[in-house]
Amino acid sequence: MSFHDEIIRLDSFDFVEYFRSVRPEDVRNSLDRDEQDQCDLLNLLSLTAQDFLEEMAQKARQMTRQYFGNIISLYAPLYISDHCSNLCTYCGFNAGVDFPRTKLSLEEIEREADAIAATGIRHILLLTGEAPSQTPLSYLEEAVKIMKKYFSSIALEIFPMDEEEYQVLCKAGADSLTVYQEVYDRDIYKEVHPKGRKADYKYRLLTPERGAKTGFRALNIGALYGLGEPRKEACIAALHARWLEQEFPDVEISLSLPRMTRAKGIIEPKNILSDIDFVQFMLAWRLFMPRLGITISTRESAEFRDRLIHLGATRFSSGSKTGVGEYSLKDHDDATVQFEVTDDRSVDEVAEMIRESGYQPVFKDWELV
Amino acid sequence: MSTIKAEDDTLYFGDVAFSSRLLTGTGKFSSRDIIEPMLEASGSELITVALRRVDPKAKEKDILQYIPKSVRILPNTSGARTADEAVRIARIAREAGCGDFIKIEVITDMKYLLPDNAGTLKATEILAQEGFIVLPYMMPDITVTKQLHDAGAAAIMPLGAPIGTNRGLEMKPMIKRIIEISKVPVVVDAGIGRPSQAAEAMEMGADAVLVNTAIATSHDPIAAGKAFALAVQAGRMAYLAQMAGKRTYAEASSPLTGFLRP
Repeated sequence: MSFHDEIIRLDSFDFVEYFRSVRPEDVRNSLDRDEQDQCDLLNLLSLTAQDFLEEMAQKARQMTRQYFGNIISLYAPLYISDHCSNLCTYCGFNAGVDFPRTKLSLEEIEREADAIAATGIRHILLLTGEAPSQTPLSYLEEAVKIMKKYFSSIALEIFPMDEEEYQVLCKAGADSLTVYQEVYDRDIYKEVHPKGRKADYKYRLLTPERGAKTGFRALNIGALYGLGEPRKEACIAALHARWLEQEFPDVEISLSLPRMTRAKGIIEPKNILSDIDFVQFMLAWRLFMPRLGITISTRESAEFRDRLIHLGATRFSSGSKTGVGEYSLKDHDDATVQFEVTDDRSVDEVAEMIRESGYQPVFKDWELV
Repeated sequence: MSTIKAEDDTLYFGDVAFSSRLLTGTGKFSSRDIIEPMLEASGSELITVALRRVDPKAKEKDILQYIPKSVRILPNTSGARTADEAVRIARIAREAGCGDFIKIEVITDMKYLLPDNAGTLKATEILAQEGFIVLPYMMPDITVTKQLHDAGAAAIMPLGAPIGTNRGLEMKPMIKRIIEISKVPVVVDAGIGRPSQAAEAMEMGADAVLVNTAIATSHDPIAAGKAFALAVQAGRMAYLAQMAGKRTYAEASSPLTGFLRP
C-alpha cells in the first residue's frame, strides 16, 4: 500500500463537480466539527468556503498558537548546483535554458555556509538541480558533512533517490527531506515533464515514503501552483500529508505552497493562485491537520508574508538567495536564480518583523545527535 | 485539629527541594522576555527547556539566558524518537550547563505527541545510572510506573491529555491509580488547559503539575502564571485537608464496627 494507490483511487473522483456542489451549510457543518475528515477538507477548500474565510482564519490562528506556540521557525536555502538534466517546462533551471551552469566546490560551499550561519540561521535547506552525474552522492555527502559544522538541522531538496542513497546522506547528518510532486494531476505531470528522470511520476510520488523509511525525521511536500487545478492540487497535497502522518507517525509533516511566477525560458503559468486562494488553502489545511507544518518561502512578498504569520504559517525562509554562490561568491546580477526572491529583507529584518507581530522567531529547533 | 500550612509542604525530586508545585515551560511564548516575569508571578522554581532550542552559539541571547539563576532548569529531550537519542540529548544538555535534571520525552507519534513508554523506560535506566535526576514523561500505565521507579526515576510524569490540547484530565482514572501506587512524586504533565484542571489534579493527589501551553499562549501569560500558581496551591491545600480528615478517621477507634471486637 502506497500513496500511489490513493492517487489511483482518486482518479474516479470528480473534484470539480464536488467543489461546485458544496453548499454554505456544508461548510458550516465542517467548521463546527472538532476534527475534520476528508469531506470537511473538500468543503473547506471549496469556493463556497470563501464566505467563511474570517471564521476559518480565527480558528486556524487559535489552533496554530495552541499547537506550535507563538513562534515562527526560520531557515535559509543554499543552492550548491544549478546543473539539471530535466526539462521541466515551468523551471528556470531546466536543461533547455541556456546559461552558464555553476557547481560549488566544497571550499565554496563552506564559504556560503559560513556566510549564512553568520546571520544567525541554524536550519539549512540544501538544494541542487537533478544531475547526478554533476552532483553525485559522494559530493552531496561531503556537502552535508560541511553543513553539519555550521547548522543544527540539515534539510535536503535534491533529486529523488533510492533508500540506500538516502541512508548515506542521513548518516552524514541530513535530518529532513523536501520534495515537491510539482503537480499531482498525472496528465499534466506528463505534459510538463516530457523527458529525463523526472518523467517517472510514481518514483517521485513515493519519494517521501522512501525518505520516511530511511529515517528522515521531517518531510516537506507539496504541489507547485500554476500547473494543475489549484483546489484539486491543494486537496491531494493535504491528503498526501495526512496519509504520511498516518503511515509514519514518528515523522513531522509539512506542506508548502510555492506559486509560479513568470520567468525567462519557462511556460506561462496556467492557473495563477490568487492571494485569497493561497490563504484559504493554508487555513483549510490547518483545520484538517492541527500539527501540520506550513512553510512559506521568499517567493512571497514581504507584505503578504507579514500577514501569513497570523494565518497558520509555522516556518519562514529568510535572507534567501536563490542563485548558486549568491551568499558570498557572486553578485545577484551575475547569478541565475531559480526564482526571483520577492521578500528580500535580511534575516534580522524578518526576525524583527516576526517580533513586532507578537511572535518569537526561532532560529534553532533541532539538535543533531 | 491540625492546621494545614502549605508553606511547610516541601516537594523533592531526588534530594532537591522545591516549595512550588507548579512546573512551567519555555517553548511557546511570543517573546522570551515574558519568561522572567511569568516565573516571578507563578513562583515556579523548575522550568523545562527543549535542548533542541538551546544554542550556545546564538547570535542573540540564548534561551538559557532568559531564565533567572534562582530557577532550576529542567532540560527536555523533545525531538527524540528513540531511547538512544534521548540519552544523547541528555548528555549534551549536561555538557551545555543545564545541570543534572532531565525530562525524558521519547515521542513516536507526531500527531498527538504521544510518548513511547518502552523507550522512555530504557532511557530512564541509563540516565539514572549516570546520576541524572530523571523525570520521565509517560503514557499513564501502572506497570511502567513501577518499572520507572525501579529504574531510578525521580518522578513519574503521566500525561493528562495530549500535549497542547488543553483538554484537562482525560486520563483521570489511570492517573489516580498511579498516584496511589507511586513511590516517587507524580507530576501531571500535558493537557492542562485551565487553572481549575490544575486544581483538580492537585486535589486528586498529584504532587505537582507542569503547565506550558495554557500559560505561554494566554493573552496575559503573567496573569495566567499567577492564576495557575493559586490553583495549584488551592488544590494542594484541599488534598492535604482531605488527607488530614482521613487520618483522623483512621486513627479513631472504629465507631461503627468496634462492637464486633470487644
